[in-house]
Amino acid sequence: MTAVIDTPADKAAAAPRPWAAPPRPSWEEEPSKAGLAAKGIVLSFACLAILFPLWIVVVTSLSSRKTIDEAGGLVLVPKGITFIAYEELLSGGQVTRAALVSIFVTLFGTLFSMTVSVLCAYGLSRSGTLGHRWILMTLLATMFFSAGLIPTYLLVQSLGLTDSYLALILPSAISVFNILVLRGFFMGISQELIDSARIDGAGDLRILLRVVMPLSRAVLAVITLFYAVGYWSAWFNASLYLNQQDMMPLQNVMIQLVQRQEAPVGLSQAIRTGQLSGLAIQMAVMVMALLPVAVLSPFVQRHFKKGMLTGAVKG
Amino acid sequence: MSHSTVPRSSAEAGTPVKTAAASGDAARPREKRVTRKLSLRHRFRRDRVLILMTLPAVVLLLIFNYLPILGNVVAFQDYDPYISDNGIVSILHSPFVGLENFQRMFDDPDFWNAVENTLVLFFVQLLLFFPIPVLLALLINSVVRPRVRAVAQAVLYLPHFFSWVLVIAVFQQMFGGAGMLSQLLRENGHDGLNIMTNPDTFPFLLTAQSVWKDAGWGIIVFLAALASVSPDLYEAAAMDGAGRWRRMWHITLPALRPVIALLLVLRVGDALTVGFEQILLQRDGVGPGAGEVLDTFVWWNGVRNQDFGYAAAAGLVKGVVSIGLVLAANKVAHLMGEQGVYQK
Repeated sequence: MTAVIDTPADKAAAAPRPWAAPPRPSWEEEPSKAGLAAKGIVLSFACLAILFPLWIVVVTSLSSRKTIDEAGGLVLVPKGITFIAYEELLSGGQVTRAALVSIFVTLFGTLFSMTVSVLCAYGLSRSGTLGHRWILMTLLATMFFSAGLIPTYLLVQSLGLTDSYLALILPSAISVFNILVLRGFFMGISQELIDSARIDGAGDLRILLRVVMPLSRAVLAVITLFYAVGYWSAWFNASLYLNQQDMMPLQNVMIQLVQRQEAPVGLSQAIRTGQLSGLAIQMAVMVMALLPVAVLSPFVQRHFKKGMLTGAVKG
Repeated sequence: MSHSTVPRSSAEAGTPVKTAAASGDAARPREKRVTRKLSLRHRFRRDRVLILMTLPAVVLLLIFNYLPILGNVVAFQDYDPYISDNGIVSILHSPFVGLENFQRMFDDPDFWNAVENTLVLFFVQLLLFFPIPVLLALLINSVVRPRVRAVAQAVLYLPHFFSWVLVIAVFQQMFGGAGMLSQLLRENGHDGLNIMTNPDTFPFLLTAQSVWKDAGWGIIVFLAALASVSPDLYEAAAMDGAGRWRRMWHITLPALRPVIALLLVLRVGDALTVGFEQILLQRDGVGPGAGEVLDTFVWWNGVRNQDFGYAAAAGLVKGVVSIGLVLAANKVAHLMGEQGVYQK
């Protein structure tokens, strides 16, 4: 992180070099060396506090039993990378199934949530629509109360959703906040554009699909990420509504394997023969849980602000 | 809680003063004028597709957010889950016991323990978590190199997208009995240390986890507020001889003040919710003495012990107090002249 520190030479360089500082306005005083150093140290520390544990997790998951034993547990420096833990986990046991369940629930859940949310947001985005104020109130009020865990639990049970993947999707399928963000964005699209599409003979659905959504790619990407991460990270509804062990998604299996330190079901030749450490298995499960999120979220990063700040409610 | 009062006040609360009334009308003056002349039937025919589009979301909310409100009657019942597999049938056949559940709750030391833990956690988190995103945002904002800034932001935002299960697993590998810290201590001839199961430091552990996961994410709102400050202000102040720190004190901080005030008010309105998933996952590790908060109290008594009436009573008390807090907090926000309660 030494690049935080400005040098006069860098200052002269213009913007095209993205690592370089843009020219400093003439009225601004030169930063002090000590101040810059302090800034660099604090920022580096913050980033390291996040990356260092993740590094250990990844490296340990890629280590053989011998390396782990030599290190006395967690491995800091990789010594002979092996994918044996991942081979073991992905060879069709409990974790493979859990990962597939998580992928399945995340894909279908996100698709469902996005469909419902985008439709609702567009339906509410044209002011003057009949009843749109009432519908908006119905949405907004839910941000101010929660019916409570027990009544919700009893209801979901009564609906017969126990031991069904629908119980992981339906009760928390939509976030009113996300709908408001989408709506705020859709409202910013000019009415002239929509009117001209209508004159060309497009109905509301076609306008949404062909005009509004292509203009809203950024916010759609952010909200899709929010929903997908929500489904991928969820474990509580599964613990409430699923009784069968083999239906559990990845997060719940991670609780069993890592937090409660239980041995994985239905493995493990390699553990028994002593090549594979139980610790590497734990770490590999953690990497499987974090990898999709860590890979995807930086792509959407520059749009995050849109997803957070257009949520203001306009009549 | 009646339908008519809450939605209206909430909409007012959420309406940013500046943009609200004006924007909708100004954007489409023509259509607005036409609307008034149309009959209801006409408007319905014109808007029916739009209304239909909102229907799936509205139905989901009615079923999963509104309908369960009725289920709170079990708080006044001696609810027997074994009457029927169907909760609704059980509710209809369970005897009413008046306020017995509430009576029992107020005499229950475990309940008061949960209340105390909730409040302690709220204050510890408020004091130790809240300032960090502000400071981080000031730091990031002062980094002028675009690439450094983008990389730092990418790293700081990342843990927000991790599940609580993963965050706690990471902490366990670092600070648990077999974690990194214990490993280091043992190598140097000390005893291992299991921070994860120590009830005395539990509030601080929870705060550390929250900071690790969400402090980076929290800077977004502040960065946006900082970006909206006109550079001319800084230049003018510098011309008048204000140094770096005076500019921060007189320009930057006043720009952040409304956002800080608003987030504080919102946090207070949400005071009784202190990280349900996070605490539930670690409740067994530290024991209920330190690890029981109101939400987990409800979970334990209802889901675990099947004592649904009692748990629902606790949940109802929490819910009612929370609504009061939220409305009061919004009132305060309005009195301070702040806008955009929903700008999270």
